[in-house]
Amino acid sequence: MDRDPQTRSGPGGFHRRDFLKGSGAAVAVTALATQAAEQQAAAQEQAKKVSSKDPQKIILNVNGKDQTVTVEPRVTLMNALRNDLNLTGCKDVCDNAVCGACTVLVDGKPVYSCTKLAIECTGQKITTVESLHSATGTDPVVTAFCKHDGMQCGFCTPGFVMAVRGFCNQHPGASLEDCRKGLGGNICRCGTYDGVLKAAFDTAKSVKGGA
Amino acid sequence: MAERTVAWAPYGTNTLIGAEVQRIDGPLKASGHAKYSNDINTPGTLFAKLLTSPHGKAKVAKLDVEPAKKMPGVKAVHIFRDIGSELTCDGELIAAVAAERPEQAIEAVKAIVVSYDVQGHFVDEDDLAAAEAKGLTKPQGENKKGDVDAALAAAKAVHKGYYGTTTITHMCLEPHGSHCEWKGDQLVAHLSTQNVSGTAGQFAGPLGIEEANVTINCEYIGGGFGSKFAADEWGVACAKLAKEAGRPVRLLLDRATELKVAGNRPSAFAEVTVACDAEGKLTAWDSKHWGTSGVKGGTVALTVTPYVFDPPNRRRTATGLVCNTGPNRAWRAPNHPQACAYTQTAMDDLAAKMNMDSYDFFKKNLDLTSQAHLYAPEMEIAAKLMDWKAKWHPRGAGGNGPKKRGLGMAMHTWGGGAHAATCLVKVHPDGTVETFMGSQDIGTGTKTAIGIVAADTFGIPLTSVKVHIGTNKYPKAGPSGGSTTIGGVSGPIRRASLEALWKICDLVAAKYSVPADSLSAKDGKIWSKGEAVCTWKQAAGLIGPMALEVMGEGPKDDKLTSAQVGGVQMAEVEVDVETGIVRMVKMVAVQDIGLIIDRTTARSQVLGALIMGIAYSLTEECLFDNATGRMINADLANYKLPRIGDIGELVVEFYEPESEYNRGVIGLGEPPVIAPGAAISNAVANACGVRVPVLPLTPKRVLDALKGAQA
Amino acid sequence: MRPFEYARPATEAEAVEFLNEHGGQTAVLAGGTDLLNLLKADLVAPERVVDIKHIPSLREVRAEDGGVTIGALVTLAELTELPLVAEYRSLLDVVDGVRAVQMQSAGTLVGDLCLHPNCWYYRQGYGLTAWQDGKSLVDAGDNRYHAILGNQGPAKFVSASRFAPAGIAWNARVRIVGPEPTAAEWVPLEYFYVTPKTNQHGCTVLKPGQLVTHVWLPDVRNTRSATYEVLQLEGLDWPLASAAVSLEIEGGLVQSARIVMGHVAPVPWVAATAARFLVGSPVNEETAARAGDMAVSGATPVSMNDYKVQLARTAVKRAILKAAGPLEGA
Repeated sequence: MDRDPQTRSGPGGFHRRDFLKGSGAAVAVTALATQAAEQQAAAQEQAKKVSSKDPQKIILNVNGKDQTVTVEPRVTLMNALRNDLNLTGCKDVCDNAVCGACTVLVDGKPVYSCTKLAIECTGQKITTVESLHSATGTDPVVTAFCKHDGMQCGFCTPGFVMAVRGFCNQHPGASLEDCRKGLGGNICRCGTYDGVLKAAFDTAKSVKGGA
Repeated sequence: MAERTVAWAPYGTNTLIGAEVQRIDGPLKASGHAKYSNDINTPGTLFAKLLTSPHGKAKVAKLDVEPAKKMPGVKAVHIFRDIGSELTCDGELIAAVAAERPEQAIEAVKAIVVSYDVQGHFVDEDDLAAAEAKGLTKPQGENKKGDVDAALAAAKAVHKGYYGTTTITHMCLEPHGSHCEWKGDQLVAHLSTQNVSGTAGQFAGPLGIEEANVTINCEYIGGGFGSKFAADEWGVACAKLAKEAGRPVRLLLDRATELKVAGNRPSAFAEVTVACDAEGKLTAWDSKHWGTSGVKGGTVALTVTPYVFDPPNRRRTATGLVCNTGPNRAWRAPNHPQACAYTQTAMDDLAAKMNMDSYDFFKKNLDLTSQAHLYAPEMEIAAKLMDWKAKWHPRGAGGNGPKKRGLGMAMHTWGGGAHAATCLVKVHPDGTVETFMGSQDIGTGTKTAIGIVAADTFGIPLTSVKVHIGTNKYPKAGPSGGSTTIGGVSGPIRRASLEALWKICDLVAAKYSVPADSLSAKDGKIWSKGEAVCTWKQAAGLIGPMALEVMGEGPKDDKLTSAQVGGVQMAEVEVDVETGIVRMVKMVAVQDIGLIIDRTTARSQVLGALIMGIAYSLTEECLFDNATGRMINADLANYKLPRIGDIGELVVEFYEPESEYNRGVIGLGEPPVIAPGAAISNAVANACGVRVPVLPLTPKRVLDALKGAQA
Repeated sequence: MRPFEYARPATEAEAVEFLNEHGGQTAVLAGGTDLLNLLKADLVAPERVVDIKHIPSLREVRAEDGGVTIGALVTLAELTELPLVAEYRSLLDVVDGVRAVQMQSAGTLVGDLCLHPNCWYYRQGYGLTAWQDGKSLVDAGDNRYHAILGNQGPAKFVSASRFAPAGIAWNARVRIVGPEPTAAEWVPLEYFYVTPKTNQHGCTVLKPGQLVTHVWLPDVRNTRSATYEVLQLEGLDWPLASAAVSLEIEGGLVQSARIVMGHVAPVPWVAATAARFLVGSPVNEETAARAGDMAVSGATPVSMNDYKVQLARTAVKRAILKAAGPLEGA
């Protein structure tokens, strides 16, 4: 019978070692740039390090435009986009980071906007699905979803479109199997996965060299 | 057109009808510009949130909403169930609070002072004995034909088994609810509904206003599946909150409440005895089934038992269990999927007992169905697409490793038909066309189908037709239920468009001195005996300065629409017998649907049905917890639905000889969602050698069944 | 979600300072995929949320003491692109199993290690131990996903972390700072997790005002590792059971072994007996299966989760075979 690790040594009884102290030989290989710290907008935000519980006037850069909203820190990015900016393409479905209907891109990466605070996203570039189809043009992802009928009721579709957009940006030339594996963060109830998968694969093929 | 009869164009002469046509609202939906009820943000909109019961069974002992009224941003409060009210299931609505922001409304709900007298609940939906002991059953009667006992005694093989499907919910991604706004004494309700033309009265009555003063809007709806026919108490509450606050209010159910109280599909568990003769011909069916639809105590109807196949001798009984679970609502093909599952898995087990290939067994019994003429060719097509004969193996011979392959099949039936509807078709003098109908597009492509029928009738491109649906201020259309919408809308549109065309042809005949009955419309021109007479635009210009308006009604005694389909499905699965995980390898659906209007959205309907079928076969179920009396998995993480990687290869084939075209339009929404449960369960049994009796076939159930078989 | 302040520190020291105000009633925000859910359910109700995403040192990934140190802000997606992490196969197995581009983009390795249990009683407000009126709701209710090991006390949930088994199998450590301004210590990941005795206790050693800043993984060049997760869905889902193993194999025989199971007990469960059995043996179907049997021999399933014993057994067996197999493919 194995022992519960917790009982192996009591609290405080285990060996501690401060690696930082003895890490003279450490080689700093910072693979990831500290982009966030360098961003001007973020730097400005740091002037105000603690925001109160009250509504805060913040600037969100959405679809290339700075927009001012006044929201409490507890307001999610999803709710700010939907209720304050009327960008209702990101849908409120699970509010629980499992279904993907609220997917937007933050600095180009697909995220669940229901588990981001709006205030957290100041200084970042937010892209919503509405920007993929406007007077100035239609994104190939939207065209691919229409071509393969990757939608029925359409409620999960905008989130899926953004997941595909973000996924294909990160994985240009992704295979069908890659698409299947990468897009498991969205739920469709009508059952449009077959069309979505074809649309994703079409899009992945069309993205060369990433974005 | 020699004769002016309302009919479809002769087989093979259509341009758009039957072709692959992309849905006309695709770009708006895919880019998030389409506005659903949950997206309506008129200025000043308040957000309403709900207080719901956290108990399986209780009475409201104390309720004080005053503290909520003092919370920041709160503008109105509504009480659904006051002190003394009996609460019969987890999630039952108690009160709603409308506030400036949703975050404020949520906190204000928590400020409501409430307490409960908690009572003993009963949520064990498959425990018939316990329900009987507690007096919580409602017998649904017995029904007999022939002499079952004699047939069982004379049979070559008799199989007894236990089967079941647990309760599942609709899980519409857009929850039930509405955005309500008053303009004086006029109510405008953006209601997420499958029943645009039929819900105004459900607001007007309780609100004490005239039905004419209610506008129902629903241009887009985020899923319904049979659960969104009503205004519901929360719809009326939304209107009341809006009235009280003097502001628009949006009240959509939160996810947990949506899952608990906005509808589910009743469970059905069955003890089945089924018998056949030496040839494998079914001779007797004897079943007792039970299940629950919540406190109403219903279960699957007796009439669909046994399903599709009707042996000469049968006996059937049903018992409803009164459970403290949410109320049921029509769920895509009510009764059929559960009955199909317990019927055709039992048949498959009998086939295995007879050492027969299930395909041969089902085929042998086709004359016990009412649609052998459909099933026989559909089985052949399906078998070819699945490569059934090459892949089939006796039960349990699915390979040596832990991952076993297997095949299963099942078949279904559905009525369909056309609901009553009226449309207005407007032809403008510049040749553009508008159609108006108080219908709804629940994702099936209704809007696109309307456009296709009008465009093909006038011989013009789809882009020249503007399709208007989604408000009760347009001519009425029936609710989208029972697979009656495509027939309901296409009949009147065809009829009105033809009548408009004939009027225009009369004008063309007079102007160009050609016989009116020689004229037809195609490719943007009016033709007579193979010669273009004029362009469609020129023809429409003859109307005069104002649009030509024609009303169309249906269904009529014409051949435009019909009912009754079959359908055969086959599944191939891989079962990991060390983990109990079932992976879909391939599914084939062969479906007759009469005349196809839009091949693209029709195929999507079948694909969607297969995926929904995979969901209830493998992953989704409402888990009612005995400890708390609650639906314990009322969230999208624990109510498991398949993801894009879980569906395997899906093959959809329409059975469409000319005879099908000539039947006219038949609904498709429901039928293909019926057979997956039995087909997939049969494939799992074929793969791992053991019947896993209850859907969904989770790793737990598969491993428990395998362990039970070893013991 | 109750109202809270939002703080954005620029350094670790500042983060600790911000976390220790309001009597430590604060919460750390990184990827947010779990914290926001906890906030919405009132399971965490801080006066202030401290967003650590603007602290440059937490983005670091560096070679250290023969191993690699990974900062708290490194996301799952980033892990797959780091040459320094490429040999930590057991970790990458888990990333591969997180079938959601959104979760990979936002979720962090450290965030996963700090996940609260997904137990439905806990998430619906019945407390970590889910005791009501002196009785365990888990025992009386739907326990299909609950613990089969280490479940004799009041806590019966399963540890939620997907990476912890891999980390513990390697003897990884986590760096904890606070609550004192300069306090910093490295704690073996194995001892980071605790089984709460009451609802007042947490499921890690973290105290209010503390923060995990980095994970250190030791040199694994001489070991073979793998994680096997039993996932019902080919998409975003929690494993029903998992196992991570780290093996040293020489001359066809196991020299040392660590086996850790996930999602079977309130803490990641070290299967020491099974690991000892493997030492000196070759890895094959039979020895792996035997190790699987031994790993679950002390299991105490409750009313609905007997099947998880089989899942854990299989996870151990398959993780061993996967680790021992060729490093490419499989």
